[in-house]
Amino acid sequence: MTDATMTAPARSTGFGRAVRGTWNAVFPVVVVVSVIFAIWYAACVPMNIKAALDQAERDGVIVNPAGATARDRRDMSAIGLAFKNPEQAGDTFVQERPRLPAPHQVARELWKTTGDMVLRGKAFSKRSLLYHAWVTLSATVLGFAMGTVGGVALAVGIVHSRVMNMSVMPWAIASQTIPILAIAPMIIVVLNSIGITGLIPKAMISAYLSFFPVTVGMVKGLRSPDGMQLDLLKTYSASQGETFWKLRLPSSMPYFFTSMKIGMAASLVGAIVGEMPTGAVAGLGARLLAGSYYGQTIQIWAALFSAAILAAVLVGVIGALQRMTLKKMGMVR
Amino acid sequence: MNEGWIVGALAALLAASYVNIQVANSEGRDQAISRFFVPVLFGISLLVLWQGIVRGFNVPGVILPAPSDIWARFLASTSILWQDFVQTFVKGALSGYVMGAFAAFATALLVDRSDFLRRGILPVGNFMAALPIVGIAPILVMWFGFDWQSKAAVVVVMVFFPILVNTVEGLRATDMMQRDLMQTYAASYWQSLLKLRLPAAMPFIFNGLKVATTLALIGAIVAEFFGSPIRGMGFRISTEVGRLALDMVWAEILVAAIAGSAFYGAVALLESFVTFWHPSQRRSR
Repeated sequence: MTDATMTAPARSTGFGRAVRGTWNAVFPVVVVVSVIFAIWYAACVPMNIKAALDQAERDGVIVNPAGATARDRRDMSAIGLAFKNPEQAGDTFVQERPRLPAPHQVARELWKTTGDMVLRGKAFSKRSLLYHAWVTLSATVLGFAMGTVGGVALAVGIVHSRVMNMSVMPWAIASQTIPILAIAPMIIVVLNSIGITGLIPKAMISAYLSFFPVTVGMVKGLRSPDGMQLDLLKTYSASQGETFWKLRLPSSMPYFFTSMKIGMAASLVGAIVGEMPTGAVAGLGARLLAGSYYGQTIQIWAALFSAAILAAVLVGVIGALQRMTLKKMGMVR
Repeated sequence: MNEGWIVGALAALLAASYVNIQVANSEGRDQAISRFFVPVLFGISLLVLWQGIVRGFNVPGVILPAPSDIWARFLASTSILWQDFVQTFVKGALSGYVMGAFAAFATALLVDRSDFLRRGILPVGNFMAALPIVGIAPILVMWFGFDWQSKAAVVVVMVFFPILVNTVEGLRATDMMQRDLMQTYAASYWQSLLKLRLPAAMPFIFNGLKVATTLALIGAIVAEFFGSPIRGMGFRISTEVGRLALDMVWAEILVAAIAGSAFYGAVALLESFVTFWHPSQRRSR
């Protein structure tokens, strides 16, 4: 962006500069993403060539190297086979159960299970990804809300109580180095066995995962006012509550939103993993698991992409809230 | 119901809290010993409370085993736990972590040579780092088989982006003045990389490496939920949960917690050797 403003002629308008700045920021990303897609398409050929050759042979086409059976080909280099059989390259993009589906196959599956379902008025049938995404989203958001409220409450306690700071804070920090996700299957099964099923167990995993990042971030944020500012409020003879509402809380907002983004991403992972172990029937995690049981690779990739889109939307919403709030508070221009 | 246990546990909790409050408000509260003592006592009092509630209310072991049962199970099955630890941590997580870190580091060096590439890859990398990457586990298990190779592959992908983004950021951490100084010395690209920019990038790189330790363990464990040979921490957790042998599950979680904090601690220790000059490493007060 800076070199855009430097190279732009002096009389260029603000609008032109803004366009050029956006272009400079977006163009490299577009190039990188297109390169990734090109590599993806190229990788499809060697990944799927063996299945394509087997099919071609069954259809009576002679494939190279001549005389090699499907069993022989299994031990050959896939890249070598791809170069020897360029005619079959096209077949690698249209298989039903490819090892690596091509981007357009994933896109078609995504459309078939979302937009197409909506057009046919079955937006929330069990075959619709919208339904599964909604199941995951509700657990994520519920858990995230619980974890955030709990995390902020604990952070307020830690900032205001010395003994809590000394006793709880080291554990909150240490807990970030522990793979908490490992307890997900147990939480699901134990809560199931005492009669709690459905949304709540998944939401509890999400809450647990988002709890500690929010706590640690908020403690940092509530402590961010420096001694000078705290002293100023003391000279106003502000009470602890007033200091909290008028100084600590406002200055913690950037930290709050940053840790909410981390917590939201963790919540989504928690909800997805929470759907896996018990053979849940609904949710993106269940789609992943079902796809891997039945070898439906396109379905796995579609579920994966919807999870990615969901994550991007959720984090994006928090980012937009962050920009709006900080702008209103005059923290960014 | 056994009131003795509950009363005893509550009394222990109150007593520990009282001691902690006294220590936290005493003169010596900033000394290392009290900063170590208070959290440890708090942790112990929580364990005692846990034990008291489980024993006092006769909570069945299939819902929540008592800490003493978990510890007994831990001691009784060290050989299984060690085998699982080697399978998941050493073979899966550690090898994937090393491969992913080197791949990310090499990519970052390449990306760093071109401003265009950097502006393209940084947003993509940041985006990828926020995604639920662990979902690729079923795909990689399909590609690389059930054994540790597929777990290492999941770990490679999971640790790649945080380390990449942090390294690229770190390589930009030097300011114009410092780079100009290297130029006046007629330093080559490699000289200024090795003597100025890499050392300056180390705090950022270690930030990424530390974040990646937890991700590596999570990736290796969760990938085992999708299929593994009959050993491994994730395998053991999912099968023992199915058999309702929760004391074994908790013992595995204990191993995971110890492995996770030790891994993080080891990387943090390495950091303090490599970036001894950084302000954050100075001994506080």
